[in-house]
Amino acid sequence: MEENKLIAFFKRDLVQYIIRRVLMFIPTLLLISILVFFVIQLPPGDYVSAHIAALATEGELVDADYAASMRADYGLDLPVWQQYIKWVKDIIWTPTDSAYYRLYHSHHNWKYSFAYGRDVWSVVNDRLGLTIGVTAIIMLFQYLVSIPIAVYASTHQYSAGDYISAIIGFLGTAIPNFILAIVLMYLSYKWTGNANVGLFTQEMLQNGIHLYNFGDFLKRMIIPIVVIGTSGTCGIIRSVRAQMLDEVAKQYTLTARAKGVSEGKIIMKYCFRAAINPTVSGLGGVLSSLFSGSTVTAMVLNMQIQGPVLYKALQSQDMYLAGAIVMIQAVLVVIGVLFSDIALAFLDPRIRYSGGNR
Amino acid sequence: MAKKKSKEDYYLASQWTLMARKLKKHKLAQASFIILAFLYISALFADFLAPYSLDEFDGLYRNSAPTKIYTIFEDEHVGPHVYKLTKTIDKKTFEVALEPDLSEYYKIEWFVHGSKYKILGLVPCDLHLFGVGEGSKGGTGAKVFLFGADSLGRDIFSRVLLGARISLSIPFASAIISFFLGIAIGSVSGYFGGVLDMIIQRIIEVIGAVPQIPLWMALSAAIPAGISTVKMYFYMTIILSFINWTGMARVVRGKFLSLKNEDYVMAARISGVSTWKIIWKHLVPGFMSYLIVSLTLGIPGSIVGETSMSYLGLGIKSPATSWGVLLQEASSVTDVAANPHKLIPIIFVTITVLAFNFLGDGMRDAADPYK
Repeated sequence: MEENKLIAFFKRDLVQYIIRRVLMFIPTLLLISILVFFVIQLPPGDYVSAHIAALATEGELVDADYAASMRADYGLDLPVWQQYIKWVKDIIWTPTDSAYYRLYHSHHNWKYSFAYGRDVWSVVNDRLGLTIGVTAIIMLFQYLVSIPIAVYASTHQYSAGDYISAIIGFLGTAIPNFILAIVLMYLSYKWTGNANVGLFTQEMLQNGIHLYNFGDFLKRMIIPIVVIGTSGTCGIIRSVRAQMLDEVAKQYTLTARAKGVSEGKIIMKYCFRAAINPTVSGLGGVLSSLFSGSTVTAMVLNMQIQGPVLYKALQSQDMYLAGAIVMIQAVLVVIGVLFSDIALAFLDPRIRYSGGNR
Repeated sequence: MAKKKSKEDYYLASQWTLMARKLKKHKLAQASFIILAFLYISALFADFLAPYSLDEFDGLYRNSAPTKIYTIFEDEHVGPHVYKLTKTIDKKTFEVALEPDLSEYYKIEWFVHGSKYKILGLVPCDLHLFGVGEGSKGGTGAKVFLFGADSLGRDIFSRVLLGARISLSIPFASAIISFFLGIAIGSVSGYFGGVLDMIIQRIIEVIGAVPQIPLWMALSAAIPAGISTVKMYFYMTIILSFINWTGMARVVRGKFLSLKNEDYVMAARISGVSTWKIIWKHLVPGFMSYLIVSLTLGIPGSIVGETSMSYLGLGIKSPATSWGVLLQEASSVTDVAANPHKLIPIIFVTITVLAFNFLGDGMRDAADPYK
């Protein structure tokens, strides 16, 4: 009876914490949108005139009505802050009777991408799933590789393995991602005669991925995983290793050892559980660095994710598309942080009380 | 007695002396410092060290591999020399290849006269550390390309040295801008607290949440097309500072929060010292060492950022050159497979980034010498 009450209390506490955390998400989202809007406004001149001028140089005639309706859609004749409000409002909800809805049948108007000749959201959405998928695979790899290495390095401090992992980790962070990609691409070409560029073969694009060509797909994931994964692995290894070393030196470890608890149990059940906390809280940072790393790498390796789209958008100053991609990535990172904070609150009851202010 | 002396020495030494001593124990950090000093000094005197200028080229040497340096000419030791390349056509496949013309040798000489430049932008000069002299039979036109040539027949070695100026100084300049921005914003946030602190913290959080390289790339849209190299340089510096100040501001804020209630600050405030003076004279010197560490550890990220952006053509553009611009030549597998020497600039990027990381690590250990 007494215990049940206690559990109910903890649950309520956790729920409150989660609600508080989710509410904090809203101002963050608002600030991100302001930052992104600032980026969108960066290029000199206004967006529609630039586009119409570009069309004119290609010999296309733009009628005045079209130009006027575009200007109205982007709210270009309004002051900047009203433009911002209109932009946000259109993204959240575009009414059914608007020109945009009639064209694209979507209530979320992310504006129009000139580089792709489509609405921005469809361009972003095309590769969103793959971007998240690839990032998730790489992240999984990162944790699966780095945590065992870190535990090994901390239990075998100053051994050869410890040093080797430190050196590889350091090189991974020091060599810029795209450079490592070029080098690996070159080595792959030299050794196997195939550079393994791009995520899919021509054949896969036509027939889709099935069991028989899944191996080939995995082979094509090796370079991206190694290139993008190693840069973050070092950070995780270093932080987990340092935490583990701290925990191993603590009194409770000594007590457990004195009581005759097996070494494996001490490491896994006591030290590791305590050491993993900071790693969970670092999830947002890892996600952010993954997006950062994959952007340039994707261009070198010609991967079908969002990086090359962002690049193309920036080259043609297609700012609404570029802004949308930056925004989506930032929002994903913030969601990652949110999840990690909630996970942390599950793992460590103290955080719920302090409100998680880091 | 000796022990007492060393203890006395320890207590009398200033904080900075202690830090320098602690840093000296960190061999890796020291080696890194020497390497970095060497790189920066070579960049400073790049005009002199590089045998060729940015716009010198030789169409014959397009994509040629690093020039081989020989010492023996017709069984006679004549010192380091090179041969002029000539075009040969394979009779069967009609493939064009470059072969050294062994009939005449060109000695590599110290202090040769070449293209004109100004030492440190001030003193006009045309002396280069080394270069190819006249041929043994009075011929001219041989080249020494230590790292090979790019697709226009320009010397990659010279371009690595000259590009180092931009690649090494932009991150440095942006670190210094971030330094002042970070102190100013972080101190306001930490010293005044309240709503202002709350807003600044959220802004820092948001900038931290946006993936760095995509944000840098997006910000590069602000660089207008067709501007001068100097302006481009300026823009790049500002863009790189845009993110870096946040880390600095966070450190400053944390330190302010822990220091602002110290007695000596209170004493200063009661004596009527102005807020700004308290910040700069009483608080900032107290954690300067941490700031310098944070500064050093921020530089590698900027180097990677500048290199990546220039590589993508979103940063520094030709005719100016940086390591990122040089690497554009190595962007496809076929390029690299045919001319592996074009990957040489990578070594410089990696060494610099590693050296800054190690130096920063060593400095972090030394930052608190009383521990």
